[in-house]
Amino acid sequence: MSQPIRVLLAKVGLDGHDRGVKIVARTLRDAGMDVIYTGLHRTPDEVVNAAVQEDVDILGVSLLSGVQLTVFPKIFKLLEEKGSKDLIIVAGGVMPDEDAEAIKKMGVAEVLLQDTPPAQLVANLKRLVSERGPR
Amino acid sequence: MTKALDKATADALRAQEKAWEANEVAGFLKKAGETKPAFFTLGDFPVKRTYTAADIADTPLEDIGLPGQYPFTRGPYPTMYRSRNWTMRQIAGFGTAEDTNKRFKFLIAQGQTGISTDFDMPTLMGYDSDHPMSEGEVGREGVAIDTFADMEMMLEGIDLEKISVSLTINPSAWILLAMYICLAEKRGYDLNKISGTVQADILKEFMAQKEFIFPIEPSVRIVRDIITYSAKNLKRYNPINISGYHISEAGSSPLQEAAFTMCNLITYVDEVLKTGIKVDEFAPRLAFFFVCQADFFEEIAKFRALRRVYAKIMKERFGATNPESMRLRFHCQTAAASLTKPQYMNNVMRTSNQALAAVLGGCQSLHTNGYDEAFAIPTEDAMRMALRTQQVIADETNVTQVVDPLGGSYYVESLTTEYEKRIFEIIDEVEKNGGVIKLINDGWFQRHIADFAYETALRKESGEKPCIGVNKYVDGTPDPKIHTHPYDYSTAERQISRTNEVRKNRDNKKHEELLKQLLVVAKDPNQNIMPVSIELIRNGATMGDLVETLKTIWGSYRESPVF
Repeated sequence: MSQPIRVLLAKVGLDGHDRGVKIVARTLRDAGMDVIYTGLHRTPDEVVNAAVQEDVDILGVSLLSGVQLTVFPKIFKLLEEKGSKDLIIVAGGVMPDEDAEAIKKMGVAEVLLQDTPPAQLVANLKRLVSERGPR
Repeated sequence: MTKALDKATADALRAQEKAWEANEVAGFLKKAGETKPAFFTLGDFPVKRTYTAADIADTPLEDIGLPGQYPFTRGPYPTMYRSRNWTMRQIAGFGTAEDTNKRFKFLIAQGQTGISTDFDMPTLMGYDSDHPMSEGEVGREGVAIDTFADMEMMLEGIDLEKISVSLTINPSAWILLAMYICLAEKRGYDLNKISGTVQADILKEFMAQKEFIFPIEPSVRIVRDIITYSAKNLKRYNPINISGYHISEAGSSPLQEAAFTMCNLITYVDEVLKTGIKVDEFAPRLAFFFVCQADFFEEIAKFRALRRVYAKIMKERFGATNPESMRLRFHCQTAAASLTKPQYMNNVMRTSNQALAAVLGGCQSLHTNGYDEAFAIPTEDAMRMALRTQQVIADETNVTQVVDPLGGSYYVESLTTEYEKRIFEIIDEVEKNGGVIKLINDGWFQRHIADFAYETALRKESGEKPCIGVNKYVDGTPDPKIHTHPYDYSTAERQISRTNEVRKNRDNKKHEELLKQLLVVAKDPNQNIMPVSIELIRNGATMGDLVETLKTIWGSYRESPVF
């Protein structure tokens, strides 16, 4: 049997909206993935370090405070500094469509907005990992 | 206790209903079944096919009563909207104080009768705009306030004796209240005449909204200080807005929203009573804030039950004797979490239905959400339509003419009584398990909220909970392009330059002395933190000055998340 997919979920920035990220965490755990959730109010530095240390397949960043265009460039810069190449970054939260497009251009593999059905969430993440291929 | 029906009449009605089920209903079901095997409210209460007087036969008539009379089930005031409509209070805030001041004046010009302030995340969390944690967040989700100068600018030209201001802020609430007091003094208002509200409900933050600075005990002590200070110095001011809204938005059921809020109420009242102040000296100014979700009658029953439960708690448990200490007054907001991005104009209808339920449930003030809130904070256009929604209900529907028009509805009365019973059961359970603070530390509330949120997600996925445009009537046509609220990237710079200006011009020697005094006061739980905080603010302290100083003795709270 293959290794379970490892996911680190994080709330970056100052907002405390954690309803969505916790639903995602539980959904992925119930689907058999290894899920670590960092909790609230994390910095990009903390999150990237944790993702690298924990050697996860996917880093999921949830934010509902509108700071996506500040946070994601920082995350990608830190990942580059650390030489991390195959970490899959997904984003979740409330944001305008233009911003979702902009962070995808930066390298976010998927933006999971509100009301994404749990089964679709699992399928999308599995697809992303299989597209990446074995490490 | 007077019963609505004597036993014989109730029994006869029940027999009649049974026969109806066996004859008319059974005959009809043979021809055409119902759409579901069983029906439930959004909050999972089973509902019957129809309700009769027998369903409320056990509710004492005194519990229903009349508006403005104990237990206030039917409304806190005898005449309600016949005298004065609810306050139309749209929350607003973004950018700097100047930007928000303009939005406030726009809303007032549109007929809004109160204002409510949305602060940016750094302000809500007690960081100055130039703190590293504030990067990218200054003025983004609300207005940035660091110093008294910002507060003064934000409310420039707004008559605080005519327009009541609600400060929607929690862990750093006492600092904003200090600023408001400084402003009122500077303008020469009589402090005992100014009205307004500060949210300052820290317990629901630990449970749900997750804006916190200090650990639970010192955080609750600050709330206690706000309430006792206000009881003596700001007699018409609401020093707390005990809120279920955020509990609901974090995913709870309506019952959990109602019951957890009442548990928090009890915790605050217990804390304030320990200072020796009498319940009737502060209880009349306790205010509440609830969501109005989509299940129309359930929400109305929830509001009515909450008024009854509150009245009983204040009278029977805390021995209040002033009726004003027993009447629950609440602000209401429609449910942001019910809004969708697909087919976003449907959000206008959702909000309108929820607003109507809030009015039929007897709210004292109301915020209706903008149709664009699943994208970003609302635009001026979205806020105007939201306000017009309230004005249509107020001026065109005539629902305001009769107080508690659903009073006496067999269904609504029955559900009201059921809600009351279940709220008291949860209060008992929380107390048996060690009370609110212990259970927050255990993650008990957080787990219950997360569980219901998860169930809701699964129900939406299966279609059991319909959501138009998301899992039903999904339409391939793209929605019209939406213009969302823009963010001005010069905000942080503008904001920080004013804050630096204040720092430069203040009396720094006095500032340092006052900070030392703040620590002395904070270390002594018998003292009140408000007076020295007001002094600090008046002398040009920033929010961060107070918060960072207190962190040196109280530390910071970090949540262990449960999911």
